[in-house]
Amino acid sequence: MNPFSSSTRLRDMIRAIRACKTAAEERTVVRKECAAIRASIDENDQHYRHRNMSKLMFIHMLGYPTHFGQMECLKLISSPGFPEKRIGYLGLMLLVDERQEVLMLVTNSLKQDLNHTNQYIVGLALCALGNICSAEMARDLAPEVERLLQFRDPNIRKKAALCSIRIIKKVPDLAENFVNPATGLLREKHHGVLITGVQLCTELCKISSEALEHIRKKCTEGLVRTLKDLANSSYSPEYDIAGITDPFLHIKLLRLLRELGEGDADASDSMNDILAQVATKTESNKVAGNAILYECVQTIMSIEDNGGLRVLAINILGRFLSNRDNNTRYVALNMLMKAVSADTQAVQRHRATILECVKDSDASIRKRALELIYVLVNETNVKPLTKELVDYLEVSDQDFREDLTTKICSIVSKFSLEKIWYIDQMVKVLSKAGNFLKDEVWHALIVVISNASKLHGYTVRALYKAFQTSTEQETFVRVAMWCLGEYGDLLINNVEMLDIEDPITVTESDAVDVVEHALKRHASDLTTKEMALVALLKLSSRFPSCTERIREIIVQYKGNLVLELQQRSIEFNSIIAKHQNISSTLVERMPVLDEETFNARRAGSLTDAASTPTGPSVSLPNGVVKSVAPLLDLLDLSADDTTPAHSSSGGDFLQDLLGVDQSVVSQQSGATHTSKNGTDVLLDLLSIGSPSAPIESPPAQSNSSIINMLSPSTSKREPISSLDDLSSVSLSSRASPTAGAASMTDLLDVFASGPSTIENNGPVNPSITAFESSSLRLTFNLSKQPGTPQTTNIQATFMNLSSNAYTDFVFQAAVPKFLQLLLDPASGNTLPANGKGSITQNLRVTNSQHGKKSLVMRIRITYKINGKDTLEEGQITNFPRDL
Amino acid sequence: MISAVLVMNTQGKPRLAKFYEFRPVEKQQEIIRNVFAVLCSRPEHVSNFVDAESFFGPDARLVYKHFATLYFVFIFDGSENELAMLDLIQVFVETLDKCFRNVCELDVVFNYSKMHTILDEIIFGGQVLETSSAEVLKAVEEITKLEAASSAINLVPKSVSSWRSR
Repeated sequence: MNPFSSSTRLRDMIRAIRACKTAAEERTVVRKECAAIRASIDENDQHYRHRNMSKLMFIHMLGYPTHFGQMECLKLISSPGFPEKRIGYLGLMLLVDERQEVLMLVTNSLKQDLNHTNQYIVGLALCALGNICSAEMARDLAPEVERLLQFRDPNIRKKAALCSIRIIKKVPDLAENFVNPATGLLREKHHGVLITGVQLCTELCKISSEALEHIRKKCTEGLVRTLKDLANSSYSPEYDIAGITDPFLHIKLLRLLRELGEGDADASDSMNDILAQVATKTESNKVAGNAILYECVQTIMSIEDNGGLRVLAINILGRFLSNRDNNTRYVALNMLMKAVSADTQAVQRHRATILECVKDSDASIRKRALELIYVLVNETNVKPLTKELVDYLEVSDQDFREDLTTKICSIVSKFSLEKIWYIDQMVKVLSKAGNFLKDEVWHALIVVISNASKLHGYTVRALYKAFQTSTEQETFVRVAMWCLGEYGDLLINNVEMLDIEDPITVTESDAVDVVEHALKRHASDLTTKEMALVALLKLSSRFPSCTERIREIIVQYKGNLVLELQQRSIEFNSIIAKHQNISSTLVERMPVLDEETFNARRAGSLTDAASTPTGPSVSLPNGVVKSVAPLLDLLDLSADDTTPAHSSSGGDFLQDLLGVDQSVVSQQSGATHTSKNGTDVLLDLLSIGSPSAPIESPPAQSNSSIINMLSPSTSKREPISSLDDLSSVSLSSRASPTAGAASMTDLLDVFASGPSTIENNGPVNPSITAFESSSLRLTFNLSKQPGTPQTTNIQATFMNLSSNAYTDFVFQAAVPKFLQLLLDPASGNTLPANGKGSITQNLRVTNSQHGKKSLVMRIRITYKINGKDTLEEGQITNFPRDL
Repeated sequence: MISAVLVMNTQGKPRLAKFYEFRPVEKQQEIIRNVFAVLCSRPEHVSNFVDAESFFGPDARLVYKHFATLYFVFIFDGSENELAMLDLIQVFVETLDKCFRNVCELDVVFNYSKMHTILDEIIFGGQVLETSSAEVLKAVEEITKLEAASSAINLVPKSVSSWRSR
């Protein structure tokens, strides 16, 4: 024997484990113990088996694996001594899974022990079987258990009865074998046997309809009598709990009666009297008494309808609700929930008490009461109920508010009898607990407000008043902002006053104060601030006296870190400052939001329509902001241009960028078809600038000829002609020596000089008429520096076509981001009349997208005619391609 | 049907765990942790019922009672009467109290197998077996007596071996 194995006693092990300060320490101790136990198991040491198993059970409870001890259970069970058997069966119940094959091995031992002469060993075996019995075991051992139902000792009989429950649950076919012995148990006088017998019968009824029929026919009367005796019996201290006679037996009997009465009028009839008696006579000031009453109520609600009894039952539950014990209230609410479907009227009578439970200090009771109230709400009671709930909202727990507000909103929108009431309630809820609401709730509110044309004034005043007291709730602030923006004028003029309202005096600046407060409160998030800005814009036109102040508030956001706010601020500022004349139409009231569409969308039938903010159908306030925004963007553009005529050219801008090709083609009118193609290909190959190719630039043709030489299909004649061309180019252009040399070389040299020819393209100066009006012509002479194809030098020449001299002549130009523009000083600022003189000015443009995008430019020319300011603007898009 | 009986201390250490439907050890530990998480977050003076569906499966309810440093927890399905379960906890605790003379956590810890014996006399395979603590006590005492009588035979080799191991 290993002297070190299993040396510690169970007690010592528990002590050692308890002394562990950390989980890691505990694991070490347990690991050591497990190792010792394994060693002991390997040695097949029977002296320590008992102790090992006790330890393993403890280790198992702590959550460590103990599968290696399973076979030890079997050895203990098959040993003759009672303590070994006991611990073996305990271990079997705790450590072994009913699906494991170990169980197959234990069946035989169980069979022997079920037939053991020692009734305590029989009890152990029954207990184990009742806990772990598998289907095979059930079939094998059912006869033994059935026999034990008639055992002389009542303790064995009651265990056998419960063991039978497990067996018939595992193998329902066996139920019929147990019906007769089970009904026999119902006549028992012994309390324990009777209570287990009743449970067995209940299970039989659930499992087998034949058994149910049999027991219903044979036993209903007997059971009713038993229950009557029990209810009338005098106090028996043994089974009494807190002065109530044997509540468990009561409950089990009622439970069985429920099975029997359900769906059978006769059986239900026969138990009516006793149920009424139990329901009325049981004391309800003790938990045990309430347990009986609760079971009784459940039975009454389940058995065939008897109106009188049901009312009695629901009244009992109503009484439970005012019970001081939380548990009783809890079960009553659960039960009432089930009873609502059976008899709503009877439950309605206890509405007031249920409402009190919504305010209970116990969260789980509150939750259930609220659910119950929600079910009970109807047209007639919705107003007082909502009022109660809304009032309670103020004092309720934070955790509970979310549930409560959701339910209130749901009730309010479900039973919105009158719009004014709906709006009232929603404003209250929003101002108290708006933060708990989903966005769609306040979106819906805005839709309703928008549709209630007669209540606009009332709503905005109500919101204004509520805003004075509470601004904590984000969603409330948003709704208030929306309404103030839309109906701010109704607020100050007390328009559409209802009889029930107290008139209030609000000045325009008061209203602006409110919006400003919302805009500046720290808690406001982006959406709220945006809505506040929009509201300010709207108010700026509604309240002319406050326009300047509003503009100042808006301007403060010009430098805001959030781009959205910054942009709005600048846009709105420009609307207020520059476009007073159109701003009133711009900030007109939103068209009435379409309730139908909104509801449909909420129901999910319209899926993504919300993403296209197109005017009135958009009901989301986010959409409101958005739908205004594009409009403003357009305006913003025209604001820059000032003369609306040019805004159209702004539109062409992009198109021109894309469509330059055509203009180039038109300019190349003189070029032959082949030459044009050739040029393109070469340029693509070398990706060098200037296809520019206005006719006056012969090199384009020479380029094409090079390409033609390369292409096999071309005739030999062309190269020669191109050579001629080339020489002519070098002569006509400011001839570079290389080009001249090239002209002398033979054909092959033309190849070699190709690149240099192209370099020589640079200095060629095509010129375009960039801008021409009745009074002014602007010509651009374009040129390139050798080696920097991205940069274009432009010499701008201005010509006065009118008969008046221009003074203070200023030329300005702007280019898109991909271009860089350098503007040199002009040659002068006076332009003589009738084209008698000119001003020149040099520009340098660098194209960072060279080869991909062409040059474009927007220009602005100002000058004075006889001291009068004149302005001309335009856009230059007819640059040659690939500059 | 009752599906589990748990006893744990206020630190969440299990002191007794009995599952009437088999669950693997890891699952059992998870349930114990979940139950403890629920219990220790519950304020005082609230009802003793908790919805256990989230961690124990459909229709599971939980009743607990808090005594000194221990939580007694019964988990059961809809066929049991919640209030009666509360009384059953009372019966269980009363029996322990009578058995150990003012039961405390230490008794529960060191008499682990006796706890099981007592529980097995009250709840059998998930059904209520006996509700009178006197009856339970009687049965447990008989078993203890039997144990003592037969363990006298085992006493000698045990003491010898424990002597040897020292």
